[in-house]
Amino acid sequence: MSWKRKDLLGMQDLDAAEIIGVLDTASSMKEIAAREIKKVPTLRGKTVVNLFYESSTRTRTSFEIAGKWLSADVINFSASGSSADKGESLLDTARNIEAMSPDVVVVRHKAAGAPALLARHLRCGVVNAGDGAHEHPTQALLDLMTIREKKGHLEGLNVTIVGDITHSRVARSDIYGMRKMGITVTVAGPPTLIPAQCQELGVKVSHRLEEAIAHADVIMMLRLQHERMQGGFIPSLREYSRVWGLSLAKLEHCRPDVLIMHPGPVNRGVELAPEVADSPYSVILDQVANGVAVRMAVLYMLAGSKGA
Amino acid sequence: MNRLIKGGRVVDPASGTDAVQDVWIADGRIHKVGRGLKTPAGAETVDATGKVVCPGFIDMHVHLREPGFEYKETIASGTRAAAAGGFTAIACMANTFPVNDNRAVTDYILARARVEGVVRVYPIGAVTRNLEGTQLAELAEQAEAGCVAFSDDGKCVMNAELYRRAMEYALPFGVPVISHAEDCDLGHGAMHEGFVSTELGLSGQPAAAEEVMVARDIILAELTGAHLHVAHISTAGSVRLVRDAKARGVRVTAEVTPHHLLLTDEVVRSYDSSCKMAPPLRGKRDVEACLEALVDGTIDCVATDHAPHALSEKEGEFAEAANGIVGLETAVPLLLDRLVRPGVLDLPTLVTRLSTGPARLLNLPGGSLAPGAAADITILDLERTWTVDPATFRSRGRSTPFAGFTGTGAPWMTLVGGVTVAS
Repeated sequence: MSWKRKDLLGMQDLDAAEIIGVLDTASSMKEIAAREIKKVPTLRGKTVVNLFYESSTRTRTSFEIAGKWLSADVINFSASGSSADKGESLLDTARNIEAMSPDVVVVRHKAAGAPALLARHLRCGVVNAGDGAHEHPTQALLDLMTIREKKGHLEGLNVTIVGDITHSRVARSDIYGMRKMGITVTVAGPPTLIPAQCQELGVKVSHRLEEAIAHADVIMMLRLQHERMQGGFIPSLREYSRVWGLSLAKLEHCRPDVLIMHPGPVNRGVELAPEVADSPYSVILDQVANGVAVRMAVLYMLAGSKGA
Repeated sequence: MNRLIKGGRVVDPASGTDAVQDVWIADGRIHKVGRGLKTPAGAETVDATGKVVCPGFIDMHVHLREPGFEYKETIASGTRAAAAGGFTAIACMANTFPVNDNRAVTDYILARARVEGVVRVYPIGAVTRNLEGTQLAELAEQAEAGCVAFSDDGKCVMNAELYRRAMEYALPFGVPVISHAEDCDLGHGAMHEGFVSTELGLSGQPAAAEEVMVARDIILAELTGAHLHVAHISTAGSVRLVRDAKARGVRVTAEVTPHHLLLTDEVVRSYDSSCKMAPPLRGKRDVEACLEALVDGTIDCVATDHAPHALSEKEGEFAEAANGIVGLETAVPLLLDRLVRPGVLDLPTLVTRLSTGPARLLNLPGGSLAPGAAADITILDLERTWTVDPATFRSRGRSTPFAGFTGTGAPWMTLVGGVTVAS
């Protein structure tokens, strides 16, 4: 397939053919994980900078492994706190990194739009690894890859995303990506955690968990940030977990072949009962494994296909 | 000094004039307006054929930043921006450093304006000390020193009782209390709450954040009999509240900015922080309601909310960028091209909203070309084409969502007290 983009900023930008292109590339990359020597020379001599302004274990490690298996030099640049706190502006940091001639910058930032800002100013490729509540495209791609692997197809499936939609970049990227692949998406959560005019994203909105998951092929449970009580979004974790947490009892009314997904890290006992997280329905660890494959595909497409 | 502005179309809403006439200026004042005036001996003639001669425009909502934030703007640069934009007078907000909450700061601003300024500067005093919303500023002394209104603009006085007291206390001074209507609990989002904020993942503030405060302040104005002026009105709901209040006879007036008349939250999709200001750019329905209200007089005037910042405060992440854009040098050209040219607003009404309207509600001397009035005059060239290029601004601020916009119709000459301050 032909990949024409300099950057991967969001699922909103991609069309179905591009998404399939990434998934197919990722599927072929996945085999590398099974090798004894997990290294291919594809990105030898290329430099990938992980620029993480927000703490992240899974995503940063996943990009790091992906780069290393492709033989790229991967540099982790952790900037704690906001750029303003550090005294150096985001753009100054970016210009400094640019001066070191990287091929791809992977950026995570708490501010929505920060990767777009960098992409405008940097000549190298920019991958959005999560920006505020905006997008997290590689998460959506690994979710789609996992669903396609397990279900054999994407078109016509019903996916229900449960929890804090308002503050979730995963929900947005999933919604954009899934809609493009012909999936029917329902979002469910208390009205305080559903963003304004959410239906206009092309999803069904439900305020009752049991109803929202009854016909789902996939249930995507979102992490609930503990501080949401402060903004008055929910009264207590206890009540949230009772009403919106997924328990084995609530699963009884679901389809027998339902998949349970979660972008991690899981708040065990809040949005997911431990028995559900560890149940055969759960494909959470498959998501993590596919995350590496998807990020290999993305790094390859951004850094490998041009100069190579 | 005598000057004769010859052959221009004189639009003076205060006297109902809209005709080709000459304006005779003597000793800085309007001496006579009429057809075919003879050039007085020794008078300089300004040929205004094909131009529009109006009472000087007044921007009642400007942040001059001096004292304290001279790196953003100074009285010298801000008044030059005003003159270039066709304004002969501006009222400046109190959120300087130190805050204009006492006579010494008011005196300082007026003294600097006399020395450095090129247009008239009318300070607006703070309602509460240091804009903290907890204790009244010394309103009587500020009024004595020359403050033409009171406002904590930039912040909303959240304590309703204190705001009630401010309205009452200000009654004897005959000046309005200007409300920055934005409930700070409801209104902490980075942009307007709606579909665009949902897509962009930016925190949104609902129109209700403004409307609950407009409603509260109208009720307090009703209680106290004070003159309430609503700054930078931006939502359909606020417009409805003001319209209803006016119909009931409440002393309420309102202003709207050019950007809230011409742009919606759609432009935020670029994450460009030159689209970030308070109140935020709203939806299409809100823009339509503001336009309708400007036409029918529910909204009394256009004010720019000129809020310059240094580049470093505006170039970063959207959520962290400072609120505010510059407006003095773009307002009149934009309004002429986008509203008057397509016939949304007729020229005399625009002139009213830019001169007579603000002059009346702030009890200022300008706003008319009546004989005896100071010769503060804005002359427009409706055929002049322009492109907004922030690099050419006189203002130190460069952040505008209108960069690159083109149009036709702009200020041609600005006169303060009969003296040309921009052309």
